[in-house]
Amino acid sequence: MAATAQRALMRRGRPGPLDYTRKLWLRAILFVTFALLYAPIVALVAFSFNDSRRNIVWRGFTFDYYVRAWNNDALLEAFANSLTIALIATVVSTVLGAFVALTLWRFRFPGKPAYEATMALPIIVPEICMGVAMLVFFARVGWPSGGPWPLNLSAITIAHISFCFPFVAVVVRARMAGFNRELEEASRDLGAGEWQTFRYVILPFMRPGLIAGALLAFTLSLDDFVITFFTSGPDTVTFPVKVYSMVRFSVTPEVNAASTVLILITVLATALAMRFQNPARRERRQPRP
Amino acid sequence: MSTAQDRDAIITIDRVSKRFGPVTAVEEVSFDILRNEFFALLGPSGCGKTTILRMIAGLETPSTGSISIDGRDVSTVPANRRPINMVFQSYAVFPHMTVYDNVAYGLRVSDTPRAEIGPRVIEAIDQVQMGEFANRKPDQLSGGQRQRVALARALVKRPKVLLLDEPLSALDAKLREAMRLELSQLQRKVGITFIIVTHDQDEALSMADRIAVMEAGKVRQIAPPGALYEQPANRFVADFIGRVNLLDGRVRAAGNGAIRIDVKGLGELALPFDGKAPKTVTVALRPEKIAVSKREPRARQRVVVRGRIHEWAYYGDMSYMYVDTEGGLRLSVNIQNAARTTVDSIDIGDEVWLSFAPADTVVMTG
Repeated sequence: MAATAQRALMRRGRPGPLDYTRKLWLRAILFVTFALLYAPIVALVAFSFNDSRRNIVWRGFTFDYYVRAWNNDALLEAFANSLTIALIATVVSTVLGAFVALTLWRFRFPGKPAYEATMALPIIVPEICMGVAMLVFFARVGWPSGGPWPLNLSAITIAHISFCFPFVAVVVRARMAGFNRELEEASRDLGAGEWQTFRYVILPFMRPGLIAGALLAFTLSLDDFVITFFTSGPDTVTFPVKVYSMVRFSVTPEVNAASTVLILITVLATALAMRFQNPARRERRQPRP
Repeated sequence: MSTAQDRDAIITIDRVSKRFGPVTAVEEVSFDILRNEFFALLGPSGCGKTTILRMIAGLETPSTGSISIDGRDVSTVPANRRPINMVFQSYAVFPHMTVYDNVAYGLRVSDTPRAEIGPRVIEAIDQVQMGEFANRKPDQLSGGQRQRVALARALVKRPKVLLLDEPLSALDAKLREAMRLELSQLQRKVGITFIIVTHDQDEALSMADRIAVMEAGKVRQIAPPGALYEQPANRFVADFIGRVNLLDGRVRAAGNGAIRIDVKGLGELALPFDGKAPKTVTVALRPEKIAVSKREPRARQRVVVRGRIHEWAYYGDMSYMYVDTEGGLRLSVNIQNAARTTVDSIDIGDEVWLSFAPADTVVMTG
């Protein structure tokens, strides 16, 4: 009895050392952080519905600028470019990253630590350096910048693949670290060959990592600005680069509208990626009665 | 009595060694495993027993020596082509497949006719009493149930030999006991050779027809459980299996099926012994072979010594005690608490008489 009473008293009394959510100052920090992080985004989204040319003062609600953005051919072309690049870069970097992850997980070879570090380099190197390096590289080797669509996007796509695949590799490798090698041996023991074991045992285990990595690569490629800016030509404008050039003239709600669509796509992809990365959080199937 | 067909070897291990870099896991091991027997590889961790199992399965290749299965050298046969299946220590049940798909896996990847797969899978699942769980995923099963799936998955392949790597170590005590009986029954029912790896002597003694005791990569003795316990070949085996008093003896004389040795603290003993005697031997004396009494026993055929209880522990059915003999030897003794009052008559410091029959000792030269 006494113990229960004491516990009830404790609950109402001063928060314990680990009761972070009950501390006022901590809640304040939490609130301010979220406010600072999200206020600009909320403002951006809100003003995409603003019925004003200059977009400084709120004048009323409208979908006009979504329509106008939709009718802006240059913006649409940039958007199509971005999606094309993102899709190709995602597919290639997922395959490439998966192979890198499997190599690092499966084999021991001389120089493996060096290989692993080099592989992770595009994650660490500042984007601006990557951008400049890409620009210099493509100029040096004389990579054709023109050509019919979508060949003219090849330089940007290659640049995107080079910074996307390490992320895929890291995600897939983390997933494979939890793989029980006895599963592979059990498969062999039961009569499966190397390929069958990969197809029916290793690949299903890898799948959540692959999906998460692919979505990560997709979002990274879709909103990349810096590296794209250095590798794009006048005919190959991507969506972020186009938005940037529009902003230089004036910030119209049209830019807000386009940006809102991009945010939506990015958030959706990221949410999906996180969901697949945490298969444990997926609801467990109820056992049948 | 075994018939001639029972006697032939299904697996022959011939001078097999396995080295991992500088470490020798298995050293020049040779023995046969007979058709339809329940064979146990027993030893402390790191003695190489699992390595032998994995070499039989084909998951490891011997550094030297050869392994034959059913008279055929399998050195060049990969794991997926050997007529052998294994139950892994972690069970290794495929997490993304249902119980049914797990059991069917081995048949599907090996081009078994479709019409045959269904009935065989159901038969195997029923054999391990998992019928009502066929559509469950492994994460909805308990450890014991997962092990049954692993068993069914291996048995459905109708292997000539089933390997079990520490199959009971992950189960709780009660379940382990039940699974022991069940495995023995299963082995008799399916009528194939079972090879089990274990570090638990009770497991090996209660299930196996024959046990190989291993130490540091070598097989120290292969014998049926009874012989292993009552006739250990060397100090290690005597000490590893059950409780034992190991007494060092100096040989005085030998011959005519007997040996006269001098044991410090016990005096001169005449014990049964065959063969050529070295200068010193080890005498193994099991605690339960020693009789304890308050008064001096009248037993002319027995060795009788007086002692004092140094320490004792009550275990319900038994009492374990250490008795210091007059000659300064400490012997481990246990008594059955046959009467309800037995426990009241024991106390530290009590004077007791110990006696044992010479025939109940084992004289070992190794």
